[in-house]
Amino acid sequence: MSVLPTTRTVVESPRRRFVRRFTGPWANRFALLVLLVWLVAAVAAPWLAPYDPLVQDIDARRLAPLSDGHLLGTDALGRDTLSRLLYGARVAGLAAITSVGVGLLGGLVPALLAGLLRGWWDAVFSRIADALLSFPPLLLALAIVGVMGPNLTNAMLAIGVVFVPRFYRVVRAATLAVREETFIEASRSIGTPTAWILRRHVLPNVLSPLAVQISLAFGFAILAESSLSFLGLGVQPPDPSWGSMLSEGRAAWFYTPWPVIVPTVTVVLTVLACNVVGDGLSDSVGREKGRA
Amino acid sequence: MSAGVVGRRTLSMLGRRLVALVPLLGIVTLATFSLIFLIPGDPAHRIAGEGATAEQVAAVRSDLGLDQPLHQQFLTFLGNLLQGDLGTSYTFRTPVWDMISARMPITISLTVVAMVFALLIGIPAGVLAARRAGKWQDRVVTVGSTLGLATPNFVLGLLLTLVIGIKFQWLPATGYVEMAEGFWPWLSHLLLPGFALGVIAAAEIARQLRASLADVLRQDYVRTAVAKGMLPGTVVWKHGLKNALMPVITVVGIQTGYLLGGTAVVETIFGIQGLGDFAVRAVLAGDLPAIQGMVVFAVIITVTASLVVDLTYGYLNPRGESQ
Repeated sequence: MSVLPTTRTVVESPRRRFVRRFTGPWANRFALLVLLVWLVAAVAAPWLAPYDPLVQDIDARRLAPLSDGHLLGTDALGRDTLSRLLYGARVAGLAAITSVGVGLLGGLVPALLAGLLRGWWDAVFSRIADALLSFPPLLLALAIVGVMGPNLTNAMLAIGVVFVPRFYRVVRAATLAVREETFIEASRSIGTPTAWILRRHVLPNVLSPLAVQISLAFGFAILAESSLSFLGLGVQPPDPSWGSMLSEGRAAWFYTPWPVIVPTVTVVLTVLACNVVGDGLSDSVGREKGRA
Repeated sequence: MSAGVVGRRTLSMLGRRLVALVPLLGIVTLATFSLIFLIPGDPAHRIAGEGATAEQVAAVRSDLGLDQPLHQQFLTFLGNLLQGDLGTSYTFRTPVWDMISARMPITISLTVVAMVFALLIGIPAGVLAARRAGKWQDRVVTVGSTLGLATPNFVLGLLLTLVIGIKFQWLPATGYVEMAEGFWPWLSHLLLPGFALGVIAAAEIARQLRASLADVLRQDYVRTAVAKGMLPGTVVWKHGLKNALMPVITVVGIQTGYLLGGTAVVETIFGIQGLGDFAVRAVLAGDLPAIQGMVVFAVIITVTASLVVDLTYGYLNPRGESQ
């Protein structure tokens, strides 16, 4: 290592360094591309889908991909697989955003308060988080869906509850770390209100570990939503979701495997992309390596 | 350090952990009890089911104690729980605890097979990746574990039963056979679901072990051991793995809870009538006592697992304080 800093370290802003580190590995770039495709599919499903995802065409059942205007083929009822996949992307996206939103809503503010004010806030919130963490995640979601009734909204809420203690832990730890910094002490000593300190100083510093958690949570949300829909506890038939497509496709597997293969590849690829982005973020923000 | 010191420390840690469990279990019980408030509308009506008569609804209401004040309801719930009474399932018309204890051996078998898969795959893969860090073997393990983490167990389970179970018929596609009917029939029914359930844990173990072992192998004492002529394999197993295993044990503890949740999906696919299947049926039927019973049971298992993890920590690393 040279004694004099190189030009690059002098000029490069933290943001540029982050972008350079994050977009370096090809896997990260690929994962971003997958997420972008997912986003476009979710937003533009009604315009991109060549068919109505619910309409059954008796004359076009069990078509293989690339046949007769059906790019990804059709299922046992003659519904266009591509159209169902696109609408499924919409459900998965909605589930991911809603559940992460619920998780943030329930986890963020208590965590900031606990981390900054310590004392009994911290004691109470942390005990509750510990208790919530001792529920197996999928089972907690199942239980909530079970009492609230099986549908997509309840499934999303239930998955969100799973995230609350996880977001809480990450944000609390980061807040505790920031709290010890001199600039916070300085700010407090000149009488800055707590809310302002939180917004101006703590929140920005908490964002990077939180971003990592959020992208991993996106992956889990897709996994959980498709699992619940597969079990018939999320999206209700005939509405399409990647999970319900799989459970419907399995019956016709011997006539046509495509309605199973297509959503399988999609689910795995999307969850993979979320995880890779999460790992990439955690490697790029210059913190210690390792996952929470 | 004498065994007595270790023993005493472990005991005092166990004591502290058990004391900390009291508020935790209190909150868990309160949360589980509160599930009833999430029921939209009148809980008694919902639980009694569609088309229940007014008498049936009234019976459910008094049966659940819903006509009593809230604190009374909670105390009754808590009292029953402490006596091991989890209530009676509305769909199965059987005490919840009987259902759970009858199905428990099945799910334990499945979870153990899954965990054995996870360790048999995860540990060698993690060791290989750490020893060949940066080489192609490392990359294969990294890609494999990333893929494993991204594959939902219902997807893997579905593919396994369709391809290996039904198409090639190498292994039974569905069902469960008790061990009393022979070891191989028992095991053969659990191989596919166990694998489907265990892959995520295997991937997590491999990742964790790779990271911690690669760190340990960079330490000075490892270099010393190699320098004095110890065989590389012996170094890894004797010095490396013992120190690298702790994060892995944490993962194993955490994964126990995940496996329990995963059985809901895997048992449904493979037609195994264990606890996961029970949970799904209870949820589909909105069977509150059954759901509450399953939740309490699952939390007890998870908490026990994390207690065991902490004790193992204390044993493996007597100088360290557990957090």
